[in-house]
Amino acid sequence: MAEVPIVDYLVLGDDPHLEANECTGCGARFFDRRNACAACSGTSFKRVPIPTTGEVRAFTIVSLAAPGIPVPFVAAVIDCEGTSVRGNVINVDPDPDHVQLGMKVRLATYPVGTDDNGTQAIGFGFEPV
Amino acid sequence: MGSNDVWILGIHMTKFGKHPNEDVIDLAAEATMAALADGGVTMKDIGVLAAGNLMNASAGIGQQLQKQVGQTGIPVYNVANACATGATALRTAIMAVKAGECDMGLAVGVEKLAGAGLLGAGGAPRSDKKVYEPSGRFGAVTTTDGRIGTNTMPGVFAQVGMEYGHKYGGTSFELFARISEKNHAHSTLNPLAAYSKRFTLEEIMNDVMIAYPNTRPMCSANCDGAAAAVVVSDAKLKTLDPDQRRRAVKVSASVLTTDPWEESCQILPDVNTLTRNAARQAYEQAGVAPEDLDLVELHDCFATAELVHYDNLMLCAPGEAVPFFESGATWRDGSTPVNVSGGLQSKGHPIAATGIANIWEICHHLRGEAGDRQIEGATVGLAHVIGLGSACGVHILEKAA
Repeated sequence: MAEVPIVDYLVLGDDPHLEANECTGCGARFFDRRNACAACSGTSFKRVPIPTTGEVRAFTIVSLAAPGIPVPFVAAVIDCEGTSVRGNVINVDPDPDHVQLGMKVRLATYPVGTDDNGTQAIGFGFEPV
Repeated sequence: MGSNDVWILGIHMTKFGKHPNEDVIDLAAEATMAALADGGVTMKDIGVLAAGNLMNASAGIGQQLQKQVGQTGIPVYNVANACATGATALRTAIMAVKAGECDMGLAVGVEKLAGAGLLGAGGAPRSDKKVYEPSGRFGAVTTTDGRIGTNTMPGVFAQVGMEYGHKYGGTSFELFARISEKNHAHSTLNPLAAYSKRFTLEEIMNDVMIAYPNTRPMCSANCDGAAAAVVVSDAKLKTLDPDQRRRAVKVSASVLTTDPWEESCQILPDVNTLTRNAARQAYEQAGVAPEDLDLVELHDCFATAELVHYDNLMLCAPGEAVPFFESGATWRDGSTPVNVSGGLQSKGHPIAATGIANIWEICHHLRGEAGDRQIEGATVGLAHVIGLGSACGVHILEKAA
């Protein structure tokens, strides 16, 4: 089955990971494009892999969301060894007894759905280590 | 009294809540007419109009307002700056007066938001045929809200508070709920608040969970409302009558900032750095220290947000927001009363009106006209708003000498 990542900064394959555009001048990282670095105004960027392990720096458990979005889910900021990443905490009970600030997590992928052409979209989240 | 000072001459806020029979222009006009009357002037005296509105940002609200209350041909600036829209309108009028372009300006903020529901939720609906094609800035093949974090405001600001807890410790669901308990208790003294019901801590914690740890009463209330302010130059004020001069409130600092780059600001909006920067500039401009403040109206769009702004506005030492709150300092009988209006959680948050309504609250106390909720002897206060993106407005106001 053909696969497509949910976003272009998710790299699939044997070793799924996220990638960012890194400013070659100051090292600031961006998951989308920049004309000039927001931190130093440099204009040269390179693609870099983001570490796949990290810790939960902030989270919320969303119980009310737009129609069609399954709730509850855990939205979080993950500190991946110095790079902040936005993602859900998955493969965990979405309640405050099972999700804690500072908990160690790792990147995990899962199928989001299949389109009319039979292509499967692959999403990512972070699961407890 | 420096010659470049700017003063609030007249100011008004409408009742916040549901106004089904008034449109945006009706509400803006009500606030405008009352602010002009409060200042003892008319549209003929006004040299610039700054009109804030977020939900109809392309509608030319300023010009529509002129048609409703007086078309004098003056320049209009229609401004939109997220939840800092009202403060931005006020600051635009202040800048025009400070620049010497006119000696009197009018700022208005108005919003119809009753029943707006969950802000920030959703994304562009996809076509009927389901085909995964990368689109947009992140090459997304489907909706990412809910799959890669949350765009909802209660969820974003929940994380802001949780991040503070992770950094400094001491936070809990109950602590955040107690902040909300304070603001709802304060609101019982404010007849213009959208909601003025006192809640017990248990009621707040057992209410509908929106985004942990924010339950429904811990979220700002979407509602309708408007606020308007007339600002005047120091030179012009000196020519006005003694009663106008007595009630004028000095704008000791007017600051607007955006967020400078921080490592994680693209992941979770940074509401901290720009607030701290704005506060620092404001204290310096005003020659006022945080401990001099008799009251503070800060942007408690969610209970989780209020906590971090104690720290950002330097009302406490860095990292000490939790013990500062637990000391009782921010209750109306504490050392630094915060949100004696009831705050956005109970007074309501008609977005563009908020950044002028909080100025009105401060002025009301500095003029000694706040009735049952008067903070006795108040001479200096601070008003703060923040809009995601981000924009932060801080104003420091002082009673006329």
